[in-house]
Amino acid sequence: MAKRIDVKDLNLYYGRFHAVDSVTVSVPPRSVTAFIGPSGCGKSTVLRSLNRMHEVIPGARAVGTVALDGQDIYGGAVDPVSVRRTIGMVFQRPNPFPTMSIRDNVVSGLRLAGERDKRKLTEVAERALRGANLWTEVKDRLSKPGGGLSGGQQQRLCIARAIAVRPDVLLMDEPCSALDPISTLAIEDLISELKKDYTIVIVTHNMQQAARVSDQTAFFNLAGVGQPGRLIEVDDTERIFSNPTQKATEDYISGRFG
Amino acid sequence: MTTVTDLDRPATPAAFQQISLGRRLTSKLAAVLVTGAFVVAVVPLVWVLVSVLQKGLRHVLSSTWWTNSLAGLTGRQFGGGMYHAIIGSLLQGLICAVIAVPIGLLVAIYLVEYGRGTRLARAVTFTVDILSGVPSIVAALFIYALWITTLGLPRSGLAVALSLVLLMIPVVVRTTEEMLKVVPDELREASYALGIPKWKTILRIVVPTALSGIITGIMLAIARVMGETAPVLILVGYTQYINFDPFGGNMASLPLVMAQELNTPTAAGEARVWGAAVTLIVIITLFNLLATLLSRLTAVKSR
Amino acid sequence: MSVTRSGDRVFRLLTTGSGIVVVTVIAAIGIFLLAQAIPALSANNANFLLSRSWVTDDVRNLAFGVVDLLLVTVFISIFALVIAMPVSLGIALFLTQYAPRRLARPFAYVIDLLAAVPSIIFGLWGLKVLAPTLAPVATWINDTVGFIPFFATGNVSVAAGGTIFTAGIVLAVMLLPIITAVSREVFDRTPTMQIEGALALGATKWEMVRTTVLPFGKAGYISASMLGLGRALGETIAVMIILSSTGSNFGWTLFDGGDTIASKIARNAPEFNNATVAGAYIAAGLVLFLLTFVVNAMARAIVAGRKEYE
Repeated sequence: MAKRIDVKDLNLYYGRFHAVDSVTVSVPPRSVTAFIGPSGCGKSTVLRSLNRMHEVIPGARAVGTVALDGQDIYGGAVDPVSVRRTIGMVFQRPNPFPTMSIRDNVVSGLRLAGERDKRKLTEVAERALRGANLWTEVKDRLSKPGGGLSGGQQQRLCIARAIAVRPDVLLMDEPCSALDPISTLAIEDLISELKKDYTIVIVTHNMQQAARVSDQTAFFNLAGVGQPGRLIEVDDTERIFSNPTQKATEDYISGRFG
Repeated sequence: MTTVTDLDRPATPAAFQQISLGRRLTSKLAAVLVTGAFVVAVVPLVWVLVSVLQKGLRHVLSSTWWTNSLAGLTGRQFGGGMYHAIIGSLLQGLICAVIAVPIGLLVAIYLVEYGRGTRLARAVTFTVDILSGVPSIVAALFIYALWITTLGLPRSGLAVALSLVLLMIPVVVRTTEEMLKVVPDELREASYALGIPKWKTILRIVVPTALSGIITGIMLAIARVMGETAPVLILVGYTQYINFDPFGGNMASLPLVMAQELNTPTAAGEARVWGAAVTLIVIITLFNLLATLLSRLTAVKSR
Repeated sequence: MSVTRSGDRVFRLLTTGSGIVVVTVIAAIGIFLLAQAIPALSANNANFLLSRSWVTDDVRNLAFGVVDLLLVTVFISIFALVIAMPVSLGIALFLTQYAPRRLARPFAYVIDLLAAVPSIIFGLWGLKVLAPTLAPVATWINDTVGFIPFFATGNVSVAAGGTIFTAGIVLAVMLLPIITAVSREVFDRTPTMQIEGALALGATKWEMVRTTVLPFGKAGYISASMLGLGRALGETIAVMIILSSTGSNFGWTLFDGGDTIASKIARNAPEFNNATVAGAYIAAGLVLFLLTFVVNAMARAIVAGRKEYE
């Protein structure tokens, strides 16, 4: 569990369009790294390339290496589906499967991979729901549909679903932007606990959140319209927010643009 | 305009003017006309249903109607029933569904999940559009040319079912396509992110989410197809006896009974025609109800 | 994707294969029908595309032409369309703009029920119920304005009702749900901004409809009507039951009987036992297929051209 990610010279293309240019960043295990930057700068694109989700869009391509504990996930013989089994993702809007109960949602990753042992599935469901700080709230309604929960609870359900398969890395794409402040706080607390067991990369457009939650922050930006996004600066969170080296970083953090 | 002195004018002018009578009347007239149009459409619907029930209900309520065929009866004799025709219609509809539904589902899945934007997908959509516009008589002619003339096979309930397949596939493809498109992409992404392969995502997540609408579409399509008359006129022969064998021999069906007995100029013949009409409507209604029931059962529940 | 799992490959093949099957079937329809029609066409003593007579009782002396059938087919369809189009427009406007919101869906369901009634039942009702009821009206029209060619006495009895007049009205009723359904969808999609803009300018409801909903939905409505036309051209059973067959040619009046291409084929199904004779009917069926194909293609072209603007 909790592997390190080393991204080296990663370039991302949609068809002919060069979306992201030459990103190099390392994410240590059991830590939280935040990707920040203005809209359209490529931070979500880079996040999605870390579990090869960007390939779902036809014509999307990655050039460069993304190494998980040294093994390149873009290697020739690597199956994207198995990459996604070890790198989990939580999305901006909670998306529990509507035809499944809460319990079935949580263990869907295992069941659809073929796991049938009922006892094991129940154990995993409890473990994952506890890990997502949702157990006490739903333990009496595990067979109710997943859609009946509040937004914040649904998002924690999705987190439980993601960690149920014991991934090495957890990717989070603006997980709180659709939630109210109280649910947001709950999830931020959860992230601080989860980082003990997982490597986490979180994309957020909320700088204060990045400052609260992450150990390391990477700032992305666009040179101009139609230009590829670029990694401008990456450093310990404290240093990025108090003493950034690049002017663009400082401008963004102090709100001069973005 | 009469002259008005300063003393007669109101101290402050009216806050807003009434629109002219002409404009108001035109608008009201339009409202009346469109409501009238709706009524004009409802009248024939009610009239048809009432006429059919009026002329046919009493025959349908006879004790033998649902259990007996017309075996052995002449054109003058009352009695007997539609069992043979009901079985025939249901059998043809079912065989058609067994063939058309899997093909239709697979084509729809291809169009939505695999083929978006490809040339093949455009050709397939185009073809499905053409099929949906093919008159039932032409579909029947094609099966005739293929099955009976070229392959030399006999007229049968199966031949009818095959031409119904041509009519049913576009309906199944269209409704399934709509239902699949309604499933949000986020669900597919959530599934991929868990490391679930595409085909499992489609079968275990996307289709179950869309299932309720798909089933409704299929049931309604079967109901439609059982009312088609052109194929049964051309592709199978009439009989008053029960025939469970779709591969050969004459097979009755409700539309065929109606078409045939229209030529029987007796009161008994007329009874059979209207009775069969009521029966057909009853069966179509049952299918519609079944469709609603099944769709409720398989619908995505949110509480 | 660099590595495709076997499950994915199989499933992809299956679905793609089904798509290919469907395309092949349509091509096969065209080819087969042509192949079957050719022997009859070559044995034809009359010009298929120009002759108005249809004689197929003697295999050695076939003389069939599709013109008369085509004329009746188009005439009755246009008549039905002329009746159905304004009524459908009204219904679609009623359902989307005028009906109370809560009742709109049940009302729409009622109209859709018209589509669920099988055509044979419409034919039955048309012949046995509507025709007798319309007889006085038909006779009155024929007596009063019978000097106008469209309303002149035709080759069947006006009062008996086996006329294009009766069949056309029934056909119009059958077209209502089709034209309404598609038009309804388009009218519903009129941008709220435009509607509110018109109302904010002080337009009455009708003025709002006339300036926003109708222009926006014009292409969709035309397309819907063409789909209705396609349906009318191919309608077989209702027409076959209502129209009295007649030996004389079409006379351009509503009070003629006769046959459309579709009803002729259905009526003469017993003649199919002879393959060559069957070929004659198949040739007519091909003409119908082509006609409906062109009409439907035009219907879709109208909508496709519009889509780029939305």
